[in-house]
Amino acid sequence: MMTDATEAPRRIGQAFDTDELVLNMGPQHPSTHGVLRVVLRLDGERVVDADCVIGYIHRGVEKLCENRDWTQIVLLTDRMDYVAAATSNLGYVEAVEKLMQVEVPRRARYIRTILAELQRIASHCLWLGTHAMDIGAMTVLLYSFREREHVLDLFEEYCGARLTYNSMRIGGLPLDIPTGWDKRVSAFCDVMETKLDEYEELLTNNRIWVGRTRDIGVISGEEATALGLCGPPLRGSGVSRDVRKDEPNAAYDEFEFDIPLGTRGDTYDRYLIRLEEFKQSIRIIRQAVEGLPEGPVMGKVPRLIKPPAGETYHAVESPKGEIGFFVVSDGRSTNPYRFRVRPPSFCNLQALSRLCKGHLVADVVALIGTIDIVLGEVDR
Amino acid sequence: MEAFVFYLLATLILGLGIMVITARSAVHSVLFLVLNFLLVAILYVTLSAQFVAVIQVLVYAGGIVVLYLFVVMLVSLKKAPELRSDSRRVARTGLLLAGAVLAELIAIVWYTSANGSAPPAQAASDFPPRLAGDAMLNTERLGWVLYTEYLIPFEVASMLLLVAMIGAIVLAKKNL
Amino acid sequence: MLDTFVIPLLQIAVLVNALLVTVTFLVLMERKVMGWAQARLGPMRVGPYGILQAIVDPIKLILKEDITPANADRFVFTLAPIMSLVPALVVFSVIPFGPEQPYYIADINVGLLFIISVTSIGVYGIILGGWSSNSKYPLLASLRASAQLISYEIAVVMTLVSVVLTAGTLNMIGIVEAQREAGLWFAFVQPVACVLVFIGGLAETNRLPFDLPEAETELTGGFHTEYSGMRFSLFFLAEYANIIVISAIVALMFFGGWMRPFPNVEALAFLDLIPGWVWFCGKIFFFLYLFVWIRATFPRYRYDQLMAIGWKVLIPIAIGNLVLTGIAKVVL
Repeated sequence: MMTDATEAPRRIGQAFDTDELVLNMGPQHPSTHGVLRVVLRLDGERVVDADCVIGYIHRGVEKLCENRDWTQIVLLTDRMDYVAAATSNLGYVEAVEKLMQVEVPRRARYIRTILAELQRIASHCLWLGTHAMDIGAMTVLLYSFREREHVLDLFEEYCGARLTYNSMRIGGLPLDIPTGWDKRVSAFCDVMETKLDEYEELLTNNRIWVGRTRDIGVISGEEATALGLCGPPLRGSGVSRDVRKDEPNAAYDEFEFDIPLGTRGDTYDRYLIRLEEFKQSIRIIRQAVEGLPEGPVMGKVPRLIKPPAGETYHAVESPKGEIGFFVVSDGRSTNPYRFRVRPPSFCNLQALSRLCKGHLVADVVALIGTIDIVLGEVDR
Repeated sequence: MEAFVFYLLATLILGLGIMVITARSAVHSVLFLVLNFLLVAILYVTLSAQFVAVIQVLVYAGGIVVLYLFVVMLVSLKKAPELRSDSRRVARTGLLLAGAVLAELIAIVWYTSANGSAPPAQAASDFPPRLAGDAMLNTERLGWVLYTEYLIPFEVASMLLLVAMIGAIVLAKKNL
Repeated sequence: MLDTFVIPLLQIAVLVNALLVTVTFLVLMERKVMGWAQARLGPMRVGPYGILQAIVDPIKLILKEDITPANADRFVFTLAPIMSLVPALVVFSVIPFGPEQPYYIADINVGLLFIISVTSIGVYGIILGGWSSNSKYPLLASLRASAQLISYEIAVVMTLVSVVLTAGTLNMIGIVEAQREAGLWFAFVQPVACVLVFIGGLAETNRLPFDLPEAETELTGGFHTEYSGMRFSLFFLAEYANIIVISAIVALMFFGGWMRPFPNVEALAFLDLIPGWVWFCGKIFFFLYLFVWIRATFPRYRYDQLMAIGWKVLIPIAIGNLVLTGIAKVVL
């Protein structure tokens, strides 16, 4: 074990002469969802302090992007949040379109919306399964992965890939949907709705589940905002902030959907919110599939993409929260001059040590699950 | 045969007793203690006191020593207690205590050999008829004796345990 | 000579072998049942429907490298798995598979207490295994384990006492015979006790939802994190043998052991064509299935919740049940 400054045990010094136990959770641990290392200071099993150590899979994606031309970058955005590649794609291409002021055809925007929402379902399936698994409910993982497989099959049918899709282009989409794909998407929506009841039956009213998540990791709306939380962890505290509603992108302004909000800001609220988001995503997909307009899927973009000099920030709502892309073009080269991502996982991870304090070791695992991080995006 | 088993067990028990106090690691010494208790239980079995034997294992080996182990595991043993105090004084106190125990043992041996073994607390005829005949019912007989002849000592002992338990809770939990 | 040595040794040999084989197949059953519950197939590769998996798994475990961590207490580290397996096997010496001789090894008049006390020794394996690994996760797990096992033992023993009161004996055969005399399984006479013992059994065998000492998603495997190869498999065997013990106790004390359902109803006499030990094993397997089913269904409790349930729910209920049984015994 390493012996840096964070690791020396500290005396608590009460009536009994007791020491704190410093426990290294990760980077090799089944519940840290990747290579996250959490240095826990424990008083018995109670967490006195938690320190997150990140960077184990830092690949320098942002710097890499500055040396790729604008079209190639889509491929790199896949590899940040690798369980929600489509929303990263969407955020990036829209940022560049905003910079270049390209008009995207309506059909392309609809299909993008469908892809993004399917992606949200897939990502939430992964979250639900692993979150439940961390708390000990193993079966939910297998059930939710069964549905995730459906989504991946749909993606595979659309773009050939199952994980890193590279499914969007600046100005539109590389491909139109295959024949019958929209039918299969709405068939999936029907299946998904019945399966959601299955998950809820296993968890929502389960005494143990409620006991493990109720009042765990409570955070108020002000504090959540101050910490820069986004996505379900923010909405769980009752703050109504969803990029899809507030700054509509793709075709979200054309659909009806609700933003579920929590009241208590605990883990159980965040769980309920994500389950509701499943339903809202299905609702959006249904509307998009029904109203899918005819037309081209690619707008008018030059062969060589060279945005005019300038900078822009564009955010979309990824399953984890608000993913923002800040791009600067110098107008001369075919690479971005500066490329910077605001990753929701990273911002949400900041709350972990605040959330953990005073809870037990077992809750740390539940809390890592509830903020829903992907280390590929935290470290980039 | 019976005498042979007794002396074998007695030797082992004493030997393990010495191991308990000489073992370097506190956890090892607790383990020897467990083994010691198990052998004492076998000794009870040879006396046909099956109930006492089983209770010996359940309470001492299965319960109390687990708590010892619990404490020994958690306490940092880097600083051995000898280093903090005067070893000669410790030796003197130890000798004094050992002498007292020895004197007590001698007194007991002398007393019992002078007066013969103590009479049974209750003659078999005092048992209710169901328990009178069958010697196999020694659990029932024990229960009978505990709740008639020794009711007050039994209750006092349980009171003592209750006090100890409450005391421990009050000590450990500062703010209830 | 024949009666005192040869026959008991034969019995022990048969029982231990049967037990170990049962354990390997129990693991397969668990994987299969979990698989079916989770919309998958479970092991399918080795043999038809994966049946030979039960044989391949032990071989794999034996062939694996047996690692002792640096700075571990070698003596205790080796002793711990043995200390957890031996009590689990010893208990079977007083578990009767039928009312007469070849079906049990020993018939002692404090049989139930013997079972309780020997299983209480099994906790040493877990505590020492966790401590001797010289690693933090196992240490935390062994602390959890010792607190958990001691707490739940109190509840289980208290509950068993009320059954003993009902039956009027501590002898395992006597308890089953008392159910024949009552004409009812004790599950119907003492339903609360039955549920309590089963829940306590889940906790004492470290099964979900009480599997905190091994909680792989929190403590990375708990007390046996540092174990591998044969020493690990001893822990594994002990855990599953203990599950069988708990199932056997529940079957004996509450479900009439080797007796068919409704032992006094003449109309069902044809059920006696099935031998008693088959009934008993059938009942055991029912509870084993229940163990697996529960594992597939529930999340895990947190440590403080577990202790709260043990001390604030199970023990008071057990005491209440005991008092009520005593009153009923005196009044009736």
